[in-house]
Amino acid sequence: MSIVETKDLVFEYIRRDEEGNVEGITRAVDNVSLSIRQGDFIAVLGHNGSGKSTLAKHINAILYPTEGTVWVNGMDTSDDEKLWDVRQSAGMVFQNPDNQIIGQVVEEDVGFGPENLGVPTKEIWERVEESLRAVGMYEFRKHSPNKLSGGQKQRVSIAGVIAMHPKCIVLDEPTAMLDPKGRKEVIRAARALNDVEEITVILITHYMEEIIYANRVFVMDKGRVAMEGTPREIFSQVERLKELRLDVPQVTLLAHELKKSGLQIPDGILTTQELLQALGL
Amino acid sequence: MLRDITLGQYYQTDSVIHRLDPRVKLVTTIVFIVSLFVVEGAAGYVLAGLFLLLVIRLSKVPVRFMMRGMKSIAFLLVIAVIFNLFLTQGEVVVSFWKLTITKEGIYYAGCMAVRLVFLIMGSSVMTLTTTPNNLTDGLEKLLGPLKVIRVPVHEIAMMMSIALRFIPILLEETDKIMKAQIARGADFESGNLIKRVKSMVPLLVPLFISAFRRANDLATAMEARCYRGGDHRTKMKPLVYHRRDLMAYGTVCAYLALCIVAGRII
Repeated sequence: MSIVETKDLVFEYIRRDEEGNVEGITRAVDNVSLSIRQGDFIAVLGHNGSGKSTLAKHINAILYPTEGTVWVNGMDTSDDEKLWDVRQSAGMVFQNPDNQIIGQVVEEDVGFGPENLGVPTKEIWERVEESLRAVGMYEFRKHSPNKLSGGQKQRVSIAGVIAMHPKCIVLDEPTAMLDPKGRKEVIRAARALNDVEEITVILITHYMEEIIYANRVFVMDKGRVAMEGTPREIFSQVERLKELRLDVPQVTLLAHELKKSGLQIPDGILTTQELLQALGL
Repeated sequence: MLRDITLGQYYQTDSVIHRLDPRVKLVTTIVFIVSLFVVEGAAGYVLAGLFLLLVIRLSKVPVRFMMRGMKSIAFLLVIAVIFNLFLTQGEVVVSFWKLTITKEGIYYAGCMAVRLVFLIMGSSVMTLTTTPNNLTDGLEKLLGPLKVIRVPVHEIAMMMSIALRFIPILLEETDKIMKAQIARGADFESGNLIKRVKSMVPLLVPLFISAFRRANDLATAMEARCYRGGDHRTKMKPLVYHRRDLMAYGTVCAYLALCIVAGRII
C-alpha cells in the first residue's frame, strides 16, 4: 500500500506587485505523479529551485496543490476535515534547527506535538522518553535547546515528530545548515528510524553522499521528476547528473572516469570498498 | 558581550519555596504587596517583615541576591523619601531655608521606604525561585477564568514562552550582526548618546528582518506539528496542587488575617 501518492501534482507560486496585481506565475511543481510505499527510505534530490521543498510541503498539507491531488495514508490533503490527521501521519522536519524548536527544555519540545494532539499526560511522558531514546538524545532531556549543537537540535526536532507517532517523516534539507559531524548524526538517526521503527522516511537533500542509503531516489529538475531509481541506477548515469547540475560522490566520479579511460569497472560505484573490489585490490 | 546577560534572575537551588506551585507564589506575592499598603502602624510592618524573613529563609536564596534588585530602585527610593520628608504638612520638627521637616513627614518617609524595600524583596523572592517558564504556566492557569470574557489567555502565555525561548537566539544574532558591522568599520562605542543610538539603526533593520523570518518559520513548524490553539490541548506538565501548596495557602490566609487584626488593635 502506498503511504504517499501524488497524481498530476501542479503547484504555482503567484508573484504579485505592491498593488496585488499578478506579476508572474512560477510553476514550482509541474505534473508530478509518484507513489511511495510504507517503510521505504526515499531520497529526493535536486539543486536549488528544482521544486523539491515545495513538493515536500505538500505531503504535510502546508501547501495545497494548484492542480492534481496528494494522498497521505489514503487521505486527500485538500480535505479540510482531514487536515490534522494528515499532519499527524506525515511529520516534517525543517532546515533551520533554531526555528522549529518551541520548548525551552528538550523534553518539553518533544512533548509539544503530543500535547497538541490531546494525548493524556502519562502517555506524553512515555512517548517523549521513547522518541528521545530513538534518536539518542535521552540524556539531554533536561537541557536547554540553546546549548545543543546543530546536529543535536535536529535530532531533537526528529524526536518531536516521532512522538506524534507518524507513519512517515519528511526531512526537508535537515542537514543543510550543519557541519559534517552533525550531518552524519542526523542521517544515522533517520536510518535508524527507518530500520527499527519502520517509519517511511522522505529525505530531501542536495548532498549526494546522503542518498546512498535510500532504496529509491527521485531527482527533480524544474519542478519535474527527471530521474527515478535506486541510488545505483541513478549514479550509473554520471553524464545525465552533470546535465542536471548535480555533483556525484568523488568515488563514483573516479570510477566513471576510469571506465571511460578503458578499465573494466561496473557502473554506479557507490563506496570506496566497491571500487577497490572492482579494481581487484 | 551580549551573551553574558542572563534571563530573569532565577536562582537554582532546591527548597520548599522552589517546589511550590507557581500559582501559589503568584497569589502570595499579590497578597503580600496588597498587605503592605493596607497595614497601618509599626506592628503591621513588623509582621510583614517577619513573614518576608521566613519566606527568604525557607527559599535558601542568599540575601545578597535580593539586594541586587534594590540597586535598580535606589533612585526611586531616594526620591520617594525626599518628597515625603519635605512636602508633608504637619508639626514642624526642623526648619531651615525654605525646607521644613515635619513629624508626619518623617513617619511617612519611613513607611514609604519600608514599603518599597519589602515590595521589591517580596517580588524578587518570586522571580528568584520560579523559572520564567513555570511563571508563564502559572499565569495561564490563574487567568484561565478570563477565557469566559474572550481574553486569549492561552495565546498570551504561548507568546510569552516563545519570546523567552527566542531572546537568547536574537541576542546571539545581534552579537553576530554587530561583529560583522564592526569588521566593516562600524562604530558602536564612541560618540555621545544620540550618535550611539543612531548607529544602532543599521543593526535593528537586519535584526527585525531576521526576526520576522524566524517567526514565519516557527509558525509553519508549529502548524506542521498540529498546533491549533489552546482547545483540545493536553499538558505534559500539568499544574497540580500538592499538600505543601495547600499549606502555603493556609499560611498566607493566616498572615492576611493577622495583618487585618494587627491594624485594628494598634
